Amino acid sequence: MEPASRLDKNHQLSLKELPYIIQWREDRCTRCGRCTAVCPMKSIEATVYTQRVVSSEGASPEPLVTRRLTQVVRQVTEIDRYCIGCGTCSLVCPTDAIFPEYNFQHKLYHYKNRGGIPFMRGGRRNDPSISTLDKLKFTRISMLTDPALDAGRHEFRVRTLLGRNLPAEQLPLKVEGDKLLIRDHTFIPPVREIFPIRIGSMSIGALSPHMWEGLAMGVTYLNEVEGIPVVMCSGEGGMPPSILKSRYIKYFILQIASGYFGWDEIIRALPDMIEDPAAIEIKYGQGAKPGDGGLLQAYKVLGLIAKIRGVPQFVDLASPPTHQTKYSIEEAVAKMIQSMSMAWGFRVPVYPKISGTKTARAVLNNLARNPYAAALCIDGEDGGTGAAYNVSMDKMGHPIASNIRDCYLDLVKQGKQNELPLIAAGGVGKGGNLAANAAALIMLGASAVDIGKYIMQAAAGCFGDEYNRCNVCNLGKCPRGITTQDPKLYRRLDPDKVAERVVEVFKAADVELKKIFAPLGRSTELPIGMSDALGVADKEIADRLQISYVC
Amino acid sequence: MCRLSAITSGDYISPIENIYALETMKEGHDGSGLGLMLKDMGGPFADFKQYPTLSAICSNNGLQLLNDYMRAQGFVEKFSWEPPIKNVVGVERREHYLAKVYDYPVLYKDKTQREKEDLLLQTRLALRMMGEPDGSLFVFSFYPDVLTLKEVGDPLQLSEFFGIEKSDIQSRIVLAQGRQNTNYAIYLYACHPFFIQGYATMTNGENTAFVPIREFLMGRGNAGYMGYNSDSEVFTHILHYTNRTLGYPLHYYKDIITPMKDAEIGQRSDAAALRLLKKSLRPLCIDGPNCVIGFTPDGSVFMVHDSKKLRPGAVGGKSGKYALMSEVCGVDSAIPHRDKSMDIFPMKYDMVVIAPGAREVKIWNQLHG
Repeated sequence: MEPASRLDKNHQLSLKELPYIIQWREDRCTRCGRCTAVCPMKSIEATVYTQRVVSSEGASPEPLVTRRLTQVVRQVTEIDRYCIGCGTCSLVCPTDAIFPEYNFQHKLYHYKNRGGIPFMRGGRRNDPSISTLDKLKFTRISMLTDPALDAGRHEFRVRTLLGRNLPAEQLPLKVEGDKLLIRDHTFIPPVREIFPIRIGSMSIGALSPHMWEGLAMGVTYLNEVEGIPVVMCSGEGGMPPSILKSRYIKYFILQIASGYFGWDEIIRALPDMIEDPAAIEIKYGQGAKPGDGGLLQAYKVLGLIAKIRGVPQFVDLASPPTHQTKYSIEEAVAKMIQSMSMAWGFRVPVYPKISGTKTARAVLNNLARNPYAAALCIDGEDGGTGAAYNVSMDKMGHPIASNIRDCYLDLVKQGKQNELPLIAAGGVGKGGNLAANAAALIMLGASAVDIGKYIMQAAAGCFGDEYNRCNVCNLGKCPRGITTQDPKLYRRLDPDKVAERVVEVFKAADVELKKIFAPLGRSTELPIGMSDALGVADKEIADRLQISYVC
Repeated sequence: MCRLSAITSGDYISPIENIYALETMKEGHDGSGLGLMLKDMGGPFADFKQYPTLSAICSNNGLQLLNDYMRAQGFVEKFSWEPPIKNVVGVERREHYLAKVYDYPVLYKDKTQREKEDLLLQTRLALRMMGEPDGSLFVFSFYPDVLTLKEVGDPLQLSEFFGIEKSDIQSRIVLAQGRQNTNYAIYLYACHPFFIQGYATMTNGENTAFVPIREFLMGRGNAGYMGYNSDSEVFTHILHYTNRTLGYPLHYYKDIITPMKDAEIGQRSDAAALRLLKKSLRPLCIDGPNCVIGFTPDGSVFMVHDSKKLRPGAVGGKSGKYALMSEVCGVDSAIPHRDKSMDIFPMKYDMVVIAPGAREVKIWNQLHG
């Protein structure tokens, strides 16, 4: 007997299981086919239905039933073609006839493991709740006892230092007459003065050529025209030799990670480099997927990427979770930092990046004793990624606020808070409040912050959100052309427009930071660790972060 | 905002001159406290210049604690002074206001001055720890040739209370502060001027960067960098740290608390060193509307501002006597007969330094070094 399942579709999913349900207006649709053509997941398809039409044309009712074929747009219920809610269909629809609607009752995670392969995606933690950073307020407002400053007219210096600052006791100074002079040519660690918001590590490979080019052009413009020294990290995977050998390399931080992808090209370019990079970041971990190495899925390993990374095309490029050649933190810190420092004649700050973790303080204390460690970058659980298992993104990692606070207070105990800068990353600007989040982290003790997802959203209109919208960066199907190597997709992204937006974003953040610092009365130095300026209407957060409880 | 009154003179003067100056600036302080610090003492202390003077307020129990501890540590009392207290309505009298001069313990007779100073600091801190929990003993300074008097109340009333006008107490340098209570409870240890190992400062203006500065100082490994009942105490400790601990000439205090822009630094002959200082001592940038007046162990008296100080302090006088005040009316009160056209209102790059003995005034300009 034929099984009933084929007849009643009992083993198929219903639309209610899917995270986004397509709302299609038959009356508006002109059947142009743009939506079905553009859908990155092929979640909608053009098909035909038999339609029963009842009509009556005479003077008295004489219902006539006819059946006719009609063209419709139908949502597919196959789990591998589930609607990701990106909304590209509504973007291209000329008559506003279609849009995806979020389904709060969805059961995507129950089913998205076909073939025994867990759900993998890009983006960041699917947690739409208000982040701790967004709960923090600036409550110390200068009123009468000290003058608040005019953010528009007062002169501000919104800069931070990237690199190890020698304690004053160790500076090679001597007094001659009433002047301080440099005593001898003792090693003084390199320190860069930069804007306190950086563009964090996103590789060429993870990003499309147009997106990466747009970011790079924007950063260069900010430095050379606007005088805002924003730096940007390469991510793992190297950079085109033409940029390595250009004067623009000084605006970039080169990242080395556990796969060492791209470093053949970098080492080859070294003798021809005319400027030093801003810094070298050694990636030991990533907030979005702690314990995982980098992953560039085969779909994205096309010609240019393969060439820069020195690998064949169309193979998964998985970096190991750890640096396989390093068996201990001592080796990782002592040898890797020194090797990197040595490659550029100790002229470039070298620092590690780790994922947010309870063990961050142990790493920090090790770095605090290493005179060559230039900083520590901690990437919290809300950091983004191009590809990871959903379980890693949603459930692994440590929030950045308390992690950075603990580390800062540890440095305070040792009197080294100015010596070893902390860089905070992971969820900065998650709710759109870039400057406020950055300022809050700075007052908790960070010297600088990194952004990734924020700049993709603000500069290129990334569709991703914390309701798992889009998030197909891993598949190379990015409908905006941000995280794809498919020319058909990335040609839709205009690098000049991205660059313009990067400039606008940083100029706006600069103004907003001033609007925060001015009422606090701060203008000359970044208020790093000025925790008395912070308040939160949650007693437990206040206690944990050692800031004021306000209500 | 607190009112500040400093006078440095070649001759001994009575601190009542500072009190009168504070009185003319009264609309700026609310009478919530007075701090007086005298350096280079005359009168009954003139014979004990090389011996450390301990300034304290204590109860009978506190006095017992003090005497027992000092005896146990080997300090030998050489002279003791208490102001002739006169009860004044509105001032709550405590049991003892005293200044005691000691000889060093035998073991320290041949030690260096620096070692002796460290002993004096440790002793002051130990006494503070003993007396602070129950309020039985407050110790403000313990150093040769320096005396401190502090109390809660109106400065003029307190001068009557302490009998300052009739007292034979004199010195060549007097710092006085009339307190404007802002966001801290009235507490004796919150009253300026603050003192550590020969350095004293008093400040007005809220200290915007207080918390990061305090945390940085507390990490320097100096037990004396503590207290911080007032946000202004950090200014004293920064001075001590830069001049004594790091050994930098006095004017670098200005470079550290109010660092210049990089382009400005480039004009200085010591630019290379300044660039390093700006980075290494970044947390000591005060970044707030403060005027600092203070003295150093050699008897130099100075005034310095942050650029955000909207109304600068005033310095005026004549050779042999200068007044450094938060308001010019205070200068008028202290030294009425002077060439007012020579008055100095230090601008953002200026540091006014008056040499010991008040012989000359120097305006050190940060731009030119």
